[in-house]
Amino acid sequence: MSRVRVSLRPSAGRQHHAGPLTYVLLGLAALVSLFPLYWNLVAASHSGERVVEAPAPLLPGPRLFDNLTFAWNQVDMGEALVNTTVVAGLVALSTVLFSTLAGFAFAKLPFKGRGAMLTLVVATMTIPPQLSVIPLYRIITDLGWVDQLQSVVLPSLVAAFGVFFMRQYLIEALPVELVEAARMDGAHSLRIIWHVVFPVARPAMAVLGMLVFVQAWNDFFWPFIALTPDGNPTLQVALAGLGSGNHTVDQSIVLTGALISTLPLLLVFAVLGKHIVGGITAGAVKS
Amino acid sequence: MATSLRAAADGSPPPAPPSPAPGAPGPPTSSWRSRLYRWDLRLSPYAYVAPFFLTFAAFGLFPLIYTGWLSLHRVELGGDAQWRGLDNYTALADSEFFWNALANTFTIGVVSTVPQLLMALGLAHLLNYKLRGRGFFRVAVLAPYATSIAAATLVFAQLFNTDYGLINTVLGWVGFDPVDWESSRWPAQIAISTIVTWRWTGYNALIYLAAMQAVPQDLYEAAALDGASRWRQFLSVTIPSIRPTILFTIVVSTIGATQLFGEPMIFGGSLGVSGGSGNQFQTLSLLMYEKGWVTGALGQASAIAWVMLLLLLLIGAVRLLLARVNRKKLGA
Repeated sequence: MSRVRVSLRPSAGRQHHAGPLTYVLLGLAALVSLFPLYWNLVAASHSGERVVEAPAPLLPGPRLFDNLTFAWNQVDMGEALVNTTVVAGLVALSTVLFSTLAGFAFAKLPFKGRGAMLTLVVATMTIPPQLSVIPLYRIITDLGWVDQLQSVVLPSLVAAFGVFFMRQYLIEALPVELVEAARMDGAHSLRIIWHVVFPVARPAMAVLGMLVFVQAWNDFFWPFIALTPDGNPTLQVALAGLGSGNHTVDQSIVLTGALISTLPLLLVFAVLGKHIVGGITAGAVKS
Repeated sequence: MATSLRAAADGSPPPAPPSPAPGAPGPPTSSWRSRLYRWDLRLSPYAYVAPFFLTFAAFGLFPLIYTGWLSLHRVELGGDAQWRGLDNYTALADSEFFWNALANTFTIGVVSTVPQLLMALGLAHLLNYKLRGRGFFRVAVLAPYATSIAAATLVFAQLFNTDYGLINTVLGWVGFDPVDWESSRWPAQIAISTIVTWRWTGYNALIYLAAMQAVPQDLYEAAALDGASRWRQFLSVTIPSIRPTILFTIVVSTIGATQLFGEPMIFGGSLGVSGGSGNQFQTLSLLMYEKGWVTGALGQASAIAWVMLLLLLLIGAVRLLLARVNRKKLGA
């Protein structure tokens, strides 16, 4: 099998141009990915009777605006939207801030127990949330926090994934000389963080912020337990209430609610799609 | 100092050892300042990692242990705990609901994870070609990731509806009888797995794509010289090269599948908590929720939570074992 290595045409291996079959398959994948979202829009634009009539509609109908108005006013989707934005915004901000600080320490600062602590951080990622909900529920009941947004925000202030993500980024992106040079200049560490670490980490912070925001926006299990559809729900909790028939059995309203919960994130994706794609891939390569 | 740091802030390469600008504070000289400086050096790392560990201690570790303690007691919502030893666990072992939920979690997990990761591999391979409209395809396959569990499940519940759902309509065109996607065991489990697969395939494909792009070009060149077809190259070069990434996604998907809650819960509508009329899609998480919040048996719910952790530890151990066997086989 030993051969002399010759330099081949540059298009060898993975750099092949895609053939027609590739486009057909990818087109199919895009269709399967996007169709349920399109159909959500279709269903939200028909009356409740039309949606549950065979065969289901495939083209948009005339009632989108009516349904949006109804869902917004009758089921407090507006309030849920505000709640979700507040929760996801706070969680994203604090996770990015604390993950960057911890990631910087793990990447560039020597301290006793660093290795063991980092192992612990990674290990915590495998603990399922089911293991903490019962005591957490008792705690928030005792504190009178049921239906209060802080019961959803506080447990998510910082995530192991974020710490690990920022560490991986800063190991390569932040030259240790830069930190030492700042120290030589007499900068204390908060100053270094502000003037050196944050500027270098900004691209990764943006990506982490988007990922955490999406995750917090879509989070279901714990919010469903801590918040009730009638109290102070996030979108997901309000939607689950709609779906199980607490308020209405009008499927077009249920699906209008689903549309309201999805649309903001889809808009974000349409605008920032490339960066989010880049972020997911960046997080994966270095794992 | 200010100039050198601002240069770095603009993203330019790190400057050579900076010369202190006139008027800027020099290295600390007084003993008070140097002591402060040493403290800063020694203690600040702990301050930076503290938020994570404090949050984890309060909302992760303490509840974990407390759940373990609860699982050894008989506790009802709002009531006092009575010591019961391992009773909750033996009760689980005797409960057909537990074994049913465990089996459902396993089958839904397999039916959602295996096709999902295989399709993600294929999709990543396709996305790795030189493509027109590359950006569009990548964002399109990622769009389901932006959809919440609740929204996706509500949409799919309509598409899978037995009487008027589009999926049965399409099956009818091809000549199949309508399938009862909610009340029959396997169809219901397949429908729920479809929702999971739909949401995560594109995300996993992008993770694979990133790994594929890091595979050295010469490996493909050598394989092509040896006369390997593209399919052969995919099997013998691409797959082995991205094995760590594949392992990573298997672990993450397994953890996700073990905790499956929202999809079966919402798919079941008003029957959600029990996982369908005959518990045909009740998962461990759903059973735990039912025990804890519907029945009010928090001790039993805690025992289920701990069984889930033990399962994950078991899976992790098996994975480590397999990795070791694999390494031996490769002789590395």
